Amino acid sequence: MENSKQNLCNEIVRRSGVNPRKCMKCGKCSGTCPAYDEMEYHPHQFVYMVETGDIEPLLNSKSIYRCLTCFACVDRCPRGVEPAKLVEAVRLAVVREQGKNHLKADDIPELLDEELPQQAIVSALRKYSK
Amino acid sequence: MKVSYFPGCTLKTKAKDLDNYARKCAEVLGVTLEEIPAWQCCGGVFTTSRDEIATKLSSVRALNDAKQKGQPLVSVCSACHNVIKQTNAAMQNDEEFAFKVNNYISPDEYHGETKVYHYLELLRDVIGFDKLKEKVVKPLTGRKIAAYYGCLLLRPGKVMAMDDVENPTIMEDLIRALGAEPVVYAYRNECCGGYIALESKELAKEKSQKVTSNAQEKGAEAIVTACPLCRYNLIKNGTEVPVVYFTELLAEALGIKE
Ligand code: SF4
Ligand code: SF4
Repeated sequence: MENSKQNLCNEIVRRSGVNPRKCMKCGKCSGTCPAYDEMEYHPHQFVYMVETGDIEPLLNSKSIYRCLTCFACVDRCPRGVEPAKLVEAVRLAVVREQGKNHLKADDIPELLDEELPQQAIVSALRKYSK
Repeated sequence: MKVSYFPGCTLKTKAKDLDNYARKCAEVLGVTLEEIPAWQCCGGVFTTSRDEIATKLSSVRALNDAKQKGQPLVSVCSACHNVIKQTNAAMQNDEEFAFKVNNYISPDEYHGETKVYHYLELLRDVIGFDKLKEKVVKPLTGRKIAAYYGCLLLRPGKVMAMDDVENPTIMEDLIRALGAEPVVYAYRNECCGGYIALESKELAKEKSQKVTSNAQEKGAEAIVTACPLCRYNLIKNGTEVPVVYFTELLAEALGIKE
């Protein structure tokens, strides 16, 4: 079990292309994150928890669906860590598993309104489902 | 001059003013936007994961189509542009990724050769704001307009390379060229909430209201955007300031607004 978690963690790091060890824990990414108040774990915590292999809480947290992919943390990190890419990689580790789609096609009709652009739906599906 | 054009799904439906006026204004300015045949939806957001292949193929096919024609690829929607430009950068810089993608477009091979422009960049870098100014027949004199960049036009700055990520000027320069007065405000490059509107209406509301109230405080009479989802979020969450596409403003100044 421990081994497979470690493998998954390595896989998350690999596919994100992020090197969490570059982080100097300044917290600037979380300070600028527009989803901060709705996140249980914040961008800098994603970086630290992936670095230390403590990914279980992240996999089970709603925080992975709160990231807006605004790339603010990517541009404002003084160390070029790019935390958003780790948040994405953790989310993919969850939604890629069978039956783990966070947004299902059937859920969509009731979320629609007259003016909602298609762009919102395709974006949400791309982020929340596989 | 002819350029390849990627309209995207939303411009064909909910955001027709973004598309129609972009085409008409380009014609007035001497550029024909040639729609890529059989383009497919860009997917709305770029997936940063390096092993995501399928979600990036529609962008690569459009880029490769433009390459075959020897044309730059232009889009107007901030989201399409962001996805296409980030995909192009990945094709240039990530060999392993490019190798996998190229298996799907064989016998062609693509390595990021196509020049990608947002329509705003086309105006600034190809046509030139000075030339544009000469074509203005109805200057928007005395109007106070706030540009809303949001996230996707500018970030990630290293890849998008459109403007200074924290202190952009491209839209303000456009507003000036059209004869209006740009309103600069703090939240012009902060997120409106984007697709979170489907997941958390409260969060989208909070983010959008910060943008519109900030623009209003600074005296804006209108907000312009290049993104249908930004426009939706800003309007949906209550704003006293009208939110329009920058192409509508452009068409007005060029005297072709219907
Ligand atoms: S990309 Fe996600 S984690 Fe990073 S600042 Fe934006 S919302 Fe926060
Ligand atoms: S901004 Fe960069 S260096 Fe600072 S805590 Fe976040 S990831 Fe680490």
